[in-house]
This record gives sequence, structure tokens and C-alpha cells, in this order.
Amino acid sequence: MAERIQLEVVTPSGPVVSDTVDIVTAPGVDGEFGVLANHAPFLSTLKIGALTYKQGNASEILMVSGGFCEVSNNKITFLVEAAERGRDIDVERALRAKERAEKRLAAAQRQEENLSQARAEAALQRAIARLKVSQAAK
Amino acid sequence: MASLKDVKSKIGGVKKTSQITSAMNMVAAAKLRGAQAKMEKFRPYAAKFNQAMGNLSSGMDSGAFPLMEAREVIKVVELVVVTSDRGLCGSFNANIINTAEKLLRKYQAEGKKVSLVCIGKKSISKLRKTGLVRKQYADLMGTFQMFNARAIAQDVAENFLAGESDLVQLIYGKFHSVGIQRPDTLALLPIQPAAQASEAAVAKGDYLYEPSPEQIMEVLQPLYLNVMVYHAMLEVSAGENAARMTAMDNATKACSDMIHNLTLVYNKVRQSSITSELMDIVGGAEALKG
Repeated sequence: MAERIQLEVVTPSGPVVSDTVDIVTAPGVDGEFGVLANHAPFLSTLKIGALTYKQGNASEILMVSGGFCEVSNNKITFLVEAAERGRDIDVERALRAKERAEKRLAAAQRQEENLSQARAEAALQRAIARLKVSQAAK
Repeated sequence: MASLKDVKSKIGGVKKTSQITSAMNMVAAAKLRGAQAKMEKFRPYAAKFNQAMGNLSSGMDSGAFPLMEAREVIKVVELVVVTSDRGLCGSFNANIINTAEKLLRKYQAEGKKVSLVCIGKKSISKLRKTGLVRKQYADLMGTFQMFNARAIAQDVAENFLAGESDLVQLIYGKFHSVGIQRPDTLALLPIQPAAQASEAAVAKGDYLYEPSPEQIMEVLQPLYLNVMVYHAMLEVSAGENAARMTAMDNATKACSDMIHNLTLVYNKVRQSSITSELMDIVGGAEALKG
């Protein structure tokens, strides 16, 4: 059997995943990357997006937002502000959030408020990522 | 001497009070459990975060980052005071505010300007009269989330970067145990990597970084402030409820003592009224005998 890597996903409201897995792919700011067992020490910040990992034939997908990940000693740790499993995502809510964010974004653009524009954009990205992840989980 | 009816109504009143205080005790106990659970869950995040931050900053020149820059001349000190929104929790808030006021006087005596950021209604109402409050945040404690802390941290950082403050201290109530909560002071800005770098020596510095370590640091530093502020808020909310639990427990005990004493008074009054009635009857009977 192939070697495995220890995966931890930790958020401020508690650990979400703690498991040994075969491969992890994550949304880095400079593009998606994959991590296998015995990876060199590595640190990267993350975009809002999908984190996937595989255990044998089973694979799991999570939505992560805002944080970073650290690889050391055959262990990969994600420190993120929010993480949700694909199957736990409330699609209705994400859709509503998307609509709301789009409206807010449009309003912010009209008034040229940079701060609320950035916030609305982040909210929109989160909603889109949620929808994508929940689609992929099916 | 008080009449029988007076004493009786007083006993009734004290009983009502003790019902309320014991109910508040139970509510505080339940809330404390919630707050403690939140703290337990947050701890691994904070621990790992500090570790990563330490690893990262160990190999770096702290002068390169505006948020880490220790300024030579400190003109304005900002105090971030975190208290609860509600009272009736013993001396918990008073202790925090006292510590804040002491620091305030100390800095003012040194000829520095002080500005205040108040989190929680209690510190707002107490410190408003100093006229130094720059920002205030109320009603965050009950339902607070990470993003509340983010708004506060962002504001404090922007103020620091704009040169409006040269040193930022965080004052909050640290939750040591259910019985002990003490005010604590933490240096928030400039960020001091030395404090967290202890573990960094163990982990070797040959990390791969994506993007560059400097860019990562720029993302991590605001996050670090969030973590600190959020942590202080968690501590305060746990401390507040623990302090309230103790205070309400004491109040309930005081009530039952009072009820005991009042019952003694009541019995005495009753006894004396019976005695005087008896005296009347005996006196009347004696008079009839002739």
C-alpha cells in the first residue's frame, strides 16, 4: 500500500477533518496544487475554492475560504476561516447568498465604494465556490 | 418593631430575589459551557496558527513589514478594552476597566496621547467620560463570530498603519478557571515575532513558499490580529459568565441567610403578639373575677 499523509483541516469553530489520506488538492493563490505523502515542507496561502482529498477509491470535497496551509513532517494542515463538506452545503442558502452578493456588488460598483465592493466580491466568490463544491459532491 | 405583615412581605420579597438570582446562576452556567466549548474548539486553530506564524517569521527581517515595525518615538498609545455587554457579574468588568484606567494614567503621565477602542457596553459606558474613545463596539459578545473580530482588527491595523497610533495594547479578562478571572494585557501591535519564535528553532527554516514568504506574511499578519482579538473576546465571554455564576451564587446564599434572619424576626414578632394577646385575656379574666 502506498504511503499516506496526515490531513488536518482546522477552523476557528473547531477541527473539520482529521484523517490519513492518499492525496490532497487545494486551491493555492498561485493555482491549484496537489500534495502526496512525504512532500517537502511547504507553506501556501489559499484562495476561496475546493479542497479535495482521496482515500483509496473514496474521495471527498470541501469548500474552504480564507486561510493558508502548511506541510511538514508528512502532515498537511489547513488553517481556514471556514470549511464545509460538499454534502453538508445548503444549496438554497448558497443560491440566496449569491443573489444577495450580486446585488450588493452592483450597488457598490455604482457608488464606487471599494471596501463594500471587495466584501461583496468575496461573498460572491464564497457562494460560487459553495455551489461548485456541492455540485461536485453529488 | 416591625409589624408581622411587614416582616412577612419582606421575606416574600427576598424569596423572589433569590429565585431570580438562582435562575441567573443557572443561565450563566449554561452559557459558560457554551463559551468554554467555543474556546476549546478555537484552541487548536490558535495554537497551530501561532506555530506557523513563528516558523515563518523566524527567518525574516521584521523591519520589512509595517505591521511589525517597532517605532522609536511612541506618541500615541491605543488601548483596546474588551469587556462584557452586561453587568451583574461581580467585579469582572470593574477589574478590566481599572487596569485600563491605570495604563491610561501611566501613559498620560509619560506625556503620551492615548486613544481607546471599547468592545462591550460596560467599557463604553465607563470610559466614555474620558473623551478618548475612538471606536466602540457593542452587542457583539452574545453572537460573536470571527468576522466581528475581523472588522475590529482591520480598523485597529489601519489606524496603526496611518500613524494614528504607535503602540496598541489589548486589555481583556483572562479566563483562568471558573473561580478565577483576571484582567490581562497583551501587546497587539506592532506584532512581535520573538514571542512565538520559540518553537521555530525546532522546525527547520527550509520551507517552500508559495507565493513568496513576504507575501504570505502580508496575508497572515491581519489574520493574526483577528485571532488575537477573537481570542480575547472568547476569553471575556467565558470569564463574564463564570464571574456571573459566582456572583449569583453568592447572591443566592446571601438571600437565604437573609430569609433565615427574617424568619427569626418574624417568629419573635409573632411570639410577642401572642404574648400580649394572652396578657389581655388573662387581664380581662382577672378583672371579671373581681
